[in-house]
Amino acid sequence: MTILLIALGAAVGAPARYLTDRAIQSRHATDFPWGTFTVNVFGSFILGVLAASTHRLDPALAAGLGTGFCGALTTYSTFSYETLRLLEGRASFYAAANIVASVAAGLGAAAIGLAVGTAVG
Amino acid sequence: MTSDPGSERPSDGERGDDQAPVDPGVDIPSRSDRIETRARRWDVLVAIAIGGVLGSEARYGISVALPHPADAMPWATFLINVSGCALMGVLMVTITELTTPHRLVRPLLGVGVLGGYTTFSTYSVDINQMLAVDRPGLALIYVVITPLAALAAVWLGANATRLLASHLLDRRECSDDSS
Repeated sequence: MTILLIALGAAVGAPARYLTDRAIQSRHATDFPWGTFTVNVFGSFILGVLAASTHRLDPALAAGLGTGFCGALTTYSTFSYETLRLLEGRASFYAAANIVASVAAGLGAAAIGLAVGTAVG
Repeated sequence: MTSDPGSERPSDGERGDDQAPVDPGVDIPSRSDRIETRARRWDVLVAIAIGGVLGSEARYGISVALPHPADAMPWATFLINVSGCALMGVLMVTITELTTPHRLVRPLLGVGVLGGYTTFSTYSVDINQMLAVDRPGLALIYVVITPLAALAAVWLGANATRLLASHLLDRRECSDDSS
C-alpha cells in the first residue's frame, strides 16, 4: 500500500514540477531559475507540515504525500544542473545567489511548515 | 519553438543567454496543430509521471535500507542527491551535446527519473529537525556540504562525459586515418 501511494504521489508531483516550472519560466526574462526555486520552496513547506503531522496521519498516506508527492515535486538534480549552467554561462553571481536563496528559502519554508503543522495539531 | 512543446526544455535552465523564454500560448495554431500539440503535451506529462514514479520508488527503497535517527547524518538522502546530480550531468551532456535523442528521453529520464529520485524537501526538513534535537553543528555541516557536493557531482558528471566522448571521437578519427 505504501509503495502504491508513493507511486500515486510521485505521478502527480513530477508533472506538477514540470508544469509549474514552464508556467513560471515563460513569464520572466531573466536567467534565474525561478521555476525550480518555487517548487523546492513550496515542497519544503508542505513536507514541513506533514512532518509535524505524522502522529495523526496514516503512515502509508504520509509516505505517499511526503516521499511521493513532495519528493517528486522538489528536485536537487535540476537545482544543481541549473546552477552549473549559470556558472558555465559566466553568471557566477546568479549561480551563488541561486544556491544561497534556494537553501535559505527552503529551510525557512520547512520551518514555517513545521510550525504550522505543530500549531494545527 | 511553439509547435513542439516536447522539444522545449525549460525545466533545466536550457535557454541560451540570447534566447528569451517564449510563452507557448502566444500564437494561435490551426485546429489540427492544436490537437497534435495537445497530444504531444500529454505524452510528455505521461513520460514525466512514469519517470517520477521510478525515481521516487528508488529513493524510497534506499531510504528504507539506510534509515537514520533525527540526530544523525541522513546518508541516504545525501547519497541519493549527490548520485542523482552526477547522473544529471552525464545525461544532459549526452542528450544535448553528443546525441539527438527521442524527444521523450529528457522528460522521462531528466525531469522524471532524476527529478523524482532527488529531493530538496527532505533536505530542508531534515536540517530543521537536526536543529530541533539540538544538533546545530551537524545541521551546519549537512546544509553546506550537500549543495557543494551536488554541484561538484553535476560538474564531474558533465565533464567526465565530455572527456570520454572526445577521447572516443579521437580514437575513431585515428582509426579512420589509418584505414
